[in-house]
Amino acid sequence: MISLNGLTKVFPGGVRALDGIDLTMADGEFFALLGPSGCGKTTLLRSIAGLETPTSGTIRIDDRDVTRLPPGDRDLAMVFQDYAVFPHMDVTDNIAYPLRIKKVPRAQRNTTAAEVAARLSLTELLHRRPGALSGGQQQRVALARAIACHPAAFLFDEPLSNLDARLRLEARTFLKRLQRELAVTTVFVTHDQAEALALADRIAVMSQGRMIQIGTPAEIFHRPATTFVASFIGSTPMNLLPAQVTPTALHVAGATFPTPPGLAPGDHVTYGVRPEYMDLSPTERPDAFPGRISVLENLGTHTLVTLESPDTLIQLVVPEGDEPPIGTPAWAVPRRSLLYRNGDLLPTP
Amino acid sequence: MIRHVLGRLAATVFIAVVLAFFTLPMLWLASAPFDDTPTITTSIPDFTLRNFAAILDNPYALGSIRNSLIQGGGAAALVVVLAALAAYALSRVRVPGRDILLYVLLLLSSVVTGTAAMVPIFELATRLDLIDTHLGVVLVVSGGLLPAAIFILKDFMDETPTSYEESARVFGASPLQILRHIVIPLVRPGLATIAVWALASVWGGFLFQFILLRDPEKAPGSVILYTLYTEGGAPRLDLISTFSLLYSLPVVAMYLFVSHRYGFRFHGGIKR
Repeated sequence: MISLNGLTKVFPGGVRALDGIDLTMADGEFFALLGPSGCGKTTLLRSIAGLETPTSGTIRIDDRDVTRLPPGDRDLAMVFQDYAVFPHMDVTDNIAYPLRIKKVPRAQRNTTAAEVAARLSLTELLHRRPGALSGGQQQRVALARAIACHPAAFLFDEPLSNLDARLRLEARTFLKRLQRELAVTTVFVTHDQAEALALADRIAVMSQGRMIQIGTPAEIFHRPATTFVASFIGSTPMNLLPAQVTPTALHVAGATFPTPPGLAPGDHVTYGVRPEYMDLSPTERPDAFPGRISVLENLGTHTLVTLESPDTLIQLVVPEGDEPPIGTPAWAVPRRSLLYRNGDLLPTP
Repeated sequence: MIRHVLGRLAATVFIAVVLAFFTLPMLWLASAPFDDTPTITTSIPDFTLRNFAAILDNPYALGSIRNSLIQGGGAAALVVVLAALAAYALSRVRVPGRDILLYVLLLLSSVVTGTAAMVPIFELATRLDLIDTHLGVVLVVSGGLLPAAIFILKDFMDETPTSYEESARVFGASPLQILRHIVIPLVRPGLATIAVWALASVWGGFLFQFILLRDPEKAPGSVILYTLYTEGGAPRLDLISTFSLLYSLPVVAMYLFVSHRYGFRFHGGIKR
C-alpha cells in the first residue's frame, strides 16, 4: 500500500508541481496517474520513487514513512520512459543488476535472471546487448529487471509511449496480464486516456499539480467530475454545450429539456453528452439538437458525424452504413447526458 | 572535352604535389634511419642498421623514452581522473555561470602552458621544490590539458541520459557504484580519447620539460632529441632520424590500439 499525505513540491523557480496531493493506492492495485503534460504526474511518480524530494507532506509505503529515505531504501522498482536498459551490459547482466547491488552471488543472480527472462520470453536474447534489441524487447528487459528485485511496488513512467501503435496494443494486454499475475501494487503515469482506461483498476486525473478526480475507469468515463475531466477522457471528446436555465426549461443549442431540480435561472450551466451516447433522427424533435451534416470521419466500425448548428458544432457517432449524406438537415437525440454548474458535475436525480 | 581532361589533370597534379609535400617528411623518417649517410633529402637508403646501434650507445636515449612514458602516462592518468570527475559534476549539477566558467578555463589553459606563464611557473616550481622532478612536469602539463579535457568529456557526459543513473539509484546503487558500473563504462570511449590525447601532447611537449628538468637522466625524449648535435653545432641527422623513428613508435602503437579497442568518437551535439 502506498499512501500520500498532503504531498507538495515547489521547484526552485517557484513552480508548484504538486499541490497538496492526498492519495492511497491499495495492495495489488494497478493505478494510473493521468493528465496532460505539465500536470505534475511525473513529478508525483518521481517523488514516490525518491528521485524528487517533496517540499512538504509524507509518503508511506506499507505503513513505513519513506519521505526522507533515499530511492534505494524504498523497496520499489521503476521502469523509465526510455527504459534505461544499460547499453554496455547484456540482457542477463541488465536483469541481474538489482541483485548485483544486493550482493547476490553471480551464479544465483544469473539463475534468477534466466527465470525472469523465461517468463517474459527473453530466453533467446539473454546474451544480446540492448543495441541489438527492438523497442518492445528493450521494454521487456526493463520490466524483467524490475521484476527481478521483487519490489513492494512497481512504478512505470509512460510505459507504452515509446512503442509504435500496433505494438502498443500488444504490450498493453501483456502488461495488464503480467500485473494481474504478479499482483504487485503498480503505479503508472500516462497522458493517454485510452491507456489509463484500458490498464488501470483506478485512475487519478491530475491538472496543475492537483487531483481532479479519482475513480475506476467506468466511474471516470461515465461521470467525469469536472468539465476538464469530461473533455480529457474519451477517444472522441465529449460535447460540452452552454445551457440557458429558465424556470420551466433548459435550452441547449436549439433543444429544450425539462429543468432539473436545484437549478436556478441565471446559473452558469454546461450540458455534456458523449458522441457515443447520441442517436441521429431524420425528423424534428423538441429534445434533439438541430443541425446540418457537415463532416463525416470514418472510424472503421463507426463514423464520427459533425452536425453544424447555427452557433455550435455537435459531434456524434453512428454505426457504419448509417451515415447521412452531407448537407442534409438532421437532429441529434441525446440518450445519456450530464450537467455541470461552474465546471462541476451536478448530481443526477 | 579537352578542357575537361586538362582540368582533371591539373587537379590531380595539384593533389599529388600537396600530398608529396606532406608525405616527404614521413618518407624521410622511414628511410633516413636506415641510411648510412643521411642528408635532409629523401633517397633510397644505403641500407644499414648502424644508426640504431649508435643511438643505443647514447647514455640518455632509452632512458628518455622511459621518462616520456612516466611523464606522459602520469599526466594522462591525472588528466583522465580529474577531468572525468569535474566533467561529471559540471554535467549533472546546475552551477550558475557554468558555461562561462568552462570557456574562461579553456581560454586560460593556453596561457598556463604558454610562454607567457613560463617565468611564474618556474618560480612556483622552484618554491614548491618541484624543479627537476617528474611530478613537477606532470602537474604543470596536466594543468594545461585539463580545461580542454573537461570540455570534451562534459560533452560525452551530457549525452548520457540521466535515466541510467536514476534507474540504478532506484535499485539502491551508491554514488560510487553508479560511477563504476554505469557512468565510466558509458563514457569509456571519451576517457580513452582523452588519455591518448593527453599522452600524445606530453610526448611531443618540449618547452616545460626543457625548463623544469635539469638532470638529463630525467629528460624526456623530446628534450634529448635537442641534444643530438655535434660539438660544432651541426645536427647529427643519422641519430636524429633514428631516435625520431624510435620515439614515435610507442605513440603510433597506442593510437592503433585505442582506436581499435574503442574507436575515436566525437559525437557531441548529434542526436542518436
